[in-house]
Amino acid sequence: MSETPTDQLWQLSASEASRRLADRQISSVDLTESCLDRIAEVDDRISAYITVTADLARQQAADADRRIAAGEATPLTGLPMQIKDLLCTNGVATTCASRMLAEYVPVYDATAVSRLREQGAVLLGKGNMDEFGMGSSTENSAFFPTRNPWDTARVPGGSSGGSAAAVAAGAAPFALGTDTGGSIRQPASFCGVTGLKPTYGRVSRYGLVAYASSLDQVGPIARDAADCALILQAIAGHDPRDATSLPDPVPDYPAALTGDIKGLRLGVPSEYFAEGMDSGVRAAVTAAIEQLADLGAEIREVSLPTTEYALAGYYIIAPSECSANLARYDGVKYGYSYQDDGPGDVDMWEAMERTRQHGFGPEVKRRIMLGAFALSSGYYDAYYHKAQQVRTLIRQDFARVFEEVDALAAPVSPVTAFPIGDRTDDPVRMYLVDVYTLPVNMAGLPAMSIPCGFVRSNTDQGLPVGLQLIGPHLSEGRLLNIAHTYQQATAWHQQRPEI
Amino acid sequence: MPIDRAQVEHIAALARIALTDDETEAFARQLSDILDQFEVLQALDTTGVEPTAHVAGLDTVLRDDEPADSLDAEDTLLNAPRRRADFFQVRAVLEE
Repeated sequence: MSETPTDQLWQLSASEASRRLADRQISSVDLTESCLDRIAEVDDRISAYITVTADLARQQAADADRRIAAGEATPLTGLPMQIKDLLCTNGVATTCASRMLAEYVPVYDATAVSRLREQGAVLLGKGNMDEFGMGSSTENSAFFPTRNPWDTARVPGGSSGGSAAAVAAGAAPFALGTDTGGSIRQPASFCGVTGLKPTYGRVSRYGLVAYASSLDQVGPIARDAADCALILQAIAGHDPRDATSLPDPVPDYPAALTGDIKGLRLGVPSEYFAEGMDSGVRAAVTAAIEQLADLGAEIREVSLPTTEYALAGYYIIAPSECSANLARYDGVKYGYSYQDDGPGDVDMWEAMERTRQHGFGPEVKRRIMLGAFALSSGYYDAYYHKAQQVRTLIRQDFARVFEEVDALAAPVSPVTAFPIGDRTDDPVRMYLVDVYTLPVNMAGLPAMSIPCGFVRSNTDQGLPVGLQLIGPHLSEGRLLNIAHTYQQATAWHQQRPEI
Repeated sequence: MPIDRAQVEHIAALARIALTDDETEAFARQLSDILDQFEVLQALDTTGVEPTAHVAGLDTVLRDDEPADSLDAEDTLLNAPRRRADFFQVRAVLEE
């Protein structure tokens, strides 16, 4: 790869590009131009971007090259990136893939974004997603669905589908996604890339447009674990603007990648291999766990008995928080506003109701209504309070197994990427795609998705499968090392779709 | 638990969302399907289980009250759908 032609620089991983930028082998301007060309080449087929900020990117790349020349670079200086359109970017439209915010231009950066910008990362554009992060396929974008680079007739997963598809197709070396119930890990799994959902509170949520505040978390999507370590290092840490961000010191994540997992106690939760799982997914995940055993991990079967209640608990808590958070879209201060200034001008309440009718898509309305119901008089105890108790039991399950094991290995999703339109008519079938990712959010744990194989499909390339690694609070370094050790021994993460 | 049209209309009023007839019909069916999935929770004994509000147990986070600059009027009003001078313009709240 040392002979990479200038127009092929988009093929470099973030870590490799970082090394070559630091050594002055390549310039950020050339790297950025190559990524913009790659976006122009593939994005009409995958629709991973809502906004491409080409002019801004060129300007930031030139600034980065000057900074590198002045000897003031950080590992991220000059690296191009995509940011999910749920994270505020100062002066750049942040739509949340919603008609409600189609014209919204923030006047500040999300903390995760500003930390990357301060390090000199270059913004290529904003990633497509399910509206406000609500969905598992990126089909709920108000603008257009994103397509999976491995098979453009299939979904990329969601809600961070534009981010995962862009990284898989080489249309961004890395991206920032967000994960409320699996929205980093599941699209990373469907697109064959590496994703990390940090511990709740490890990365500031300031400037992350709120969906379910007790579950939302920002994290990287990249080619491999080493890239994720690099990015997490830049974005992790306490932020006075997010009262739920954790005060704990940030360890050196790249230094945690020792490539040694001998003696690691790795739990395999039996409940995550239930009926209904795709047989190809089961085979790939089982083989990956055997590989981890060969690398020195000690495998133990464990049980998380509350797992079967997690889906119901999640789909009470997340919509309840959603209904409260999205009450802010009233058409007054920002966002879409129903306007009728004719003789039949509507009153304040009707304007608000019509603003919300036209501004929100069907899944967002469904979750707002579900949440309003779960919180309403007479139902609060049976639903919301009960779900918060389920949450406690899920946390206790995990706490119990983490007394015996250091981390857990499981599938990310029971299925691989499904055809576009396959599940849109049946919300419950769509929700089941996230059955193995959302318990992690309920407990606030860190977890990763790493490529671990392919299943056969109607295309020659097949479809990627993701292995999920779950750890106790603040064990990101350990998870990154397990993933890195696995990726040193396997080549699944190096497979790229032909697009 | 089945949800009927009247309940959907009640919830939509709480959520301040206007619905078409078709939407009301579809939400009645879909919300009923989703609530059926929640029935599983009835089988789970949660007697005496404390509810979780924050996963790391952070509670009443305080910071010093230090004055700092906030957004100026132009930035604040940048995305205002309707503006008059340095104000957000809203529809009449009080009856004449």
